[in-house]
Amino acid sequence: MCGIVGLFLKDRTLEPELGSMLTDMLVTMSDRGPDSAGIAIYGDPNNGRMKITVQSDDPNVDFDALASTLGARLGTTIAVHLKDTHAVLEMDKRHGDAVRACLAETNPDIRIMSTGELIEIYKEVGLPKDVAARFDIAGMRGSHGIGHTRMATESAVTTMGAHPFSTGADQCLVHNGSLSNHNSLRRRLIREGMAFETQNDTEVAAAYLTHKMQNGSNLGEALEAGLEDLDGFFTFVVGTRNGFGVVRDPIACKPAVMAETQQYVAFGSEYRALVNLPGIEGARVWEPEPATVYFWEH
Amino acid sequence: MQTIDMATTSLRELNETLQAQSQATNQTQWQIDNPKGSHAMAVGLDAPIEVTIKGSTGYYCGGMNKQAVITIDGSAGPGVAENMMSGKVVIEGDASQYAGATGHGGLLVIKGNASSRCGISMKGIDIVVHGNIGHMSAFMAQSGNLVVLGDAGDALGDSLYEARLFVRGNVKSLGADCIEKEMRSEHLEILGALLEQADADARPEEFKRYGSARQLYNFNIDNASAY
Repeated sequence: MCGIVGLFLKDRTLEPELGSMLTDMLVTMSDRGPDSAGIAIYGDPNNGRMKITVQSDDPNVDFDALASTLGARLGTTIAVHLKDTHAVLEMDKRHGDAVRACLAETNPDIRIMSTGELIEIYKEVGLPKDVAARFDIAGMRGSHGIGHTRMATESAVTTMGAHPFSTGADQCLVHNGSLSNHNSLRRRLIREGMAFETQNDTEVAAAYLTHKMQNGSNLGEALEAGLEDLDGFFTFVVGTRNGFGVVRDPIACKPAVMAETQQYVAFGSEYRALVNLPGIEGARVWEPEPATVYFWEH
Repeated sequence: MQTIDMATTSLRELNETLQAQSQATNQTQWQIDNPKGSHAMAVGLDAPIEVTIKGSTGYYCGGMNKQAVITIDGSAGPGVAENMMSGKVVIEGDASQYAGATGHGGLLVIKGNASSRCGISMKGIDIVVHGNIGHMSAFMAQSGNLVVLGDAGDALGDSLYEARLFVRGNVKSLGADCIEKEMRSEHLEILGALLEQADADARPEEFKRYGSARQLYNFNIDNASAY
């Protein structure tokens, strides 16, 4: 199964509520997948500073000391915001790639959840209500966000196997379904320079879209191309810096419901996820068509 | 009128209450408030009662229904009226995947659109959709009637048995062994009665009939080399 929720705000006055609305939606979907949960939130830009969200299972990891060491080595200051097993490292954008490379070299056991100016991804093994509480997702503000609760089929139940997957700056993807050509596609993408952290099928779809967008496609074009190249069952919800996209495979057996009002565009694996949104009674509610790309941009 | 509020009632309590109604019950009118997309509401009913659900429902609403008239004053999730035996289910909005799947009898009316696999493996149920239906509808449909006032998606009636399909709008494509057939007077009569029962504003003459070419019923020895 798996449960997906997504919310793209058009009305900026709702931005302080994004985390709480998305948490409520995701918790409602808990019985679609109890294995692990994750949320991506697109927050406010901070003068072009870069955020790298990292995770460690080791409770003894000292993220503050790590940031000081990295900062000294690269000649910059790195701010640290701790959240349970995760930490958000914030630095001048120019140093983003260097920090990431340095981390991989000196602390390969620290996992990178996301990088970008706006995005933060929090994901762990466990139920949505517990995962959301650990990271206080309900207290976060933002312009759009995506959540996922997983019933694992294609790879292990681990933090890295949880969704959302992020394979490019300010990009993320969640998936309900399973891909059947992910191994061959992963090999093809590796030859073209993409890097992978897991054996998971969804990560391949995320990297595929990242690769398309790196080569000049917009989100809509990348999703259209995915309909040709990705084989299997999927309902995808995708976030970019300013965009929000949805696509289902041509068979469309993985459920999807969308709602749109003047204030927001919302996605849920089931209508249940949407029932507490403001103004849902008057919203346009529809089921996305098979093999049809939907996307919105700010 | 009996009212059940799902904000304060468990799903099990709802279904036990409705299923406990006897043939001679005096409590024939029921209203269910705050469904909020819950699954499996009003399933397995077997009494001549009328149940109105004030809002949208989740998976499998009205499944296995006998005798009861269930109205959903909203849209329905996947598998609405699945395996219905008799009675009537009316959806004021849209229906998700496999509406009326495997139904043996009764009437399912969808006032909006139905998505994919509507009436899959239907076995005697009548389904009237005022809007459009999605792909693979009436797949392996065995008997009963599927009436569509709007358009039908890809692969309508694939591997069809003896169900009758009536479509007023366009059919994107027909599935294997499904063909257009002659509309005879007995079909116009059946269709006219169904349109009336479903409160549908359409004339039988506006529809085309589709059915099985019956080419898949028996193994064709010329295809042996393919296996």
